Amino acid sequence: MTHYSAFSVFRHALRGNKTWGRAWRDPEPKDQYDVLIVGAGGHGLATAYYLAKEHGITNVAVVEKGWLGGGNTGRNTTIVRSNYMMPGNTMFYERSMKLWENLSQDLNYNVMISQRGQYNLCHSPGQMDAARRRGNVMRANGIDAELFDRDEVKSRLPYLDYSENARFPVHGAIYQSRAGTARHDAVAWGFARGADSRGVDILQQREVTGYLWEGGKIVGVQTNRGDIRAKKVALCVAGHSGHLAQMAGLRLPIETQCLQAYVTEPYKPLVDTVISYGAAHFYVSQSDKGGLVLGGDLDMYNSYAQRGGLPIVEHTLASAKALMPCLSRLKLLRHWAGVMDMSMDGSPFITKTPVGGLYLNGGWCYGGFKATPASGWCFAWTIAKDEPHPDNAEFTLDRFERGYQIDEKGAGPQPNAH
Amino acid sequence: MIRIDCPICGPRAETEFTYGADATVQRPAMDEGKVQPWLDYVFNRNNPRGAHREYWHHVQGCRQWVVLERNTLTHEIGSCRLARDVEGQEETQGAEA
Repeated sequence: MTHYSAFSVFRHALRGNKTWGRAWRDPEPKDQYDVLIVGAGGHGLATAYYLAKEHGITNVAVVEKGWLGGGNTGRNTTIVRSNYMMPGNTMFYERSMKLWENLSQDLNYNVMISQRGQYNLCHSPGQMDAARRRGNVMRANGIDAELFDRDEVKSRLPYLDYSENARFPVHGAIYQSRAGTARHDAVAWGFARGADSRGVDILQQREVTGYLWEGGKIVGVQTNRGDIRAKKVALCVAGHSGHLAQMAGLRLPIETQCLQAYVTEPYKPLVDTVISYGAAHFYVSQSDKGGLVLGGDLDMYNSYAQRGGLPIVEHTLASAKALMPCLSRLKLLRHWAGVMDMSMDGSPFITKTPVGGLYLNGGWCYGGFKATPASGWCFAWTIAKDEPHPDNAEFTLDRFERGYQIDEKGAGPQPNAH
Repeated sequence: MIRIDCPICGPRAETEFTYGADATVQRPAMDEGKVQPWLDYVFNRNNPRGAHREYWHHVQGCRQWVVLERNTLTHEIGSCRLARDVEGQEETQGAEA
């Protein structure tokens, strides 16, 4: 594998950039693997990378029905943050944030992490109280958080609507300065290249259609291009977890729903941070190419369609205009949808399952991208050692039975409410 | 935009309705003593990729709860009946094909 550096860019430039090697191989599958990961998105590739790097397990395959990074890794709004306050979530997401901060160096691949900060706006005294509580919990856990009043927010984000006519007045904001954005495709490509160079086989265009069973245990998968045997099978297919679990006879506390995202035509530099609206589900950042990246609500009904409905487009853009009237004349360039594993408490699963030989990573709701490095790191630990790391010890399936849901919003078992 | 054929109001836009829940899930008998049936009722779902039966509330219309057949992969709409006409006539959870 070529080590990427300023020198290698210069050297290849002198040769007309005609001699760059492939970033990863396109191998034929072996008969038997130690670990087979289903899903070559960020989480699956990160799991393979950390299995090889941290645990020395390199006889690993990642099976992908389409192309790597073509699911939700290619469909998110690229925001990374660690502003969680529930035990079980807090230190997991902070592990992820710390991994993000050194990920480009670790992978020798520029994931374009940009710690431009994230504001969660508050629009009532009650929201300010909740934000203060969240900030205190974060700071008590060693995570950075700052609380700003209205005047401070106004000086930092002068383009929001502070007028008498504002639909919801801005009372203040909670701010995490280490939060920001990363280049989503580069994350998949960087983990793919890192895993491949350590011997992991990435097998694209192979859809898992069933499992191979022996003595009630899963010992491999059936794909549309032949069977592949493995000692451990690990699902990283968020959005389709229910579907692949059902093939194994498992019912999960998950419903699948569509989430849309939007990007406007390129615009001059305006939003140099990430802003989340507190009065409706809406957030905005600006890409390096200038497009404003917008996100909003779920479509609110179960769907695997990977395309959204127009009512939510209108709802999201109405929220955008209510918060930032200056956006009203911008045109949308693209909009798209991904399918989300919406879990019953809004928190994920990184765990062994009741089915022998089957491991589950899923239930990410719409927060999977920021979790990518820690998800892979903790899932690799769980697969390698057959027990969870303390940071993912609460992300089990039996937490519902035990009464230990991790419900960050306190919304109850209503998947579209998280 | 989904158009739902409300049995009372006729075809109406999705925006008049609020999605309720998976209509195949049925509450266990109140004297059910085992944990698993309650766990399945509150938390676990079939979450099918395909035919789905679900509750919608016509909250901006006749305010009736309806049971809608809808395909979660294609968004194709099937039958729509009043929930009160459906309840008690259907098999319990997991019955759908």
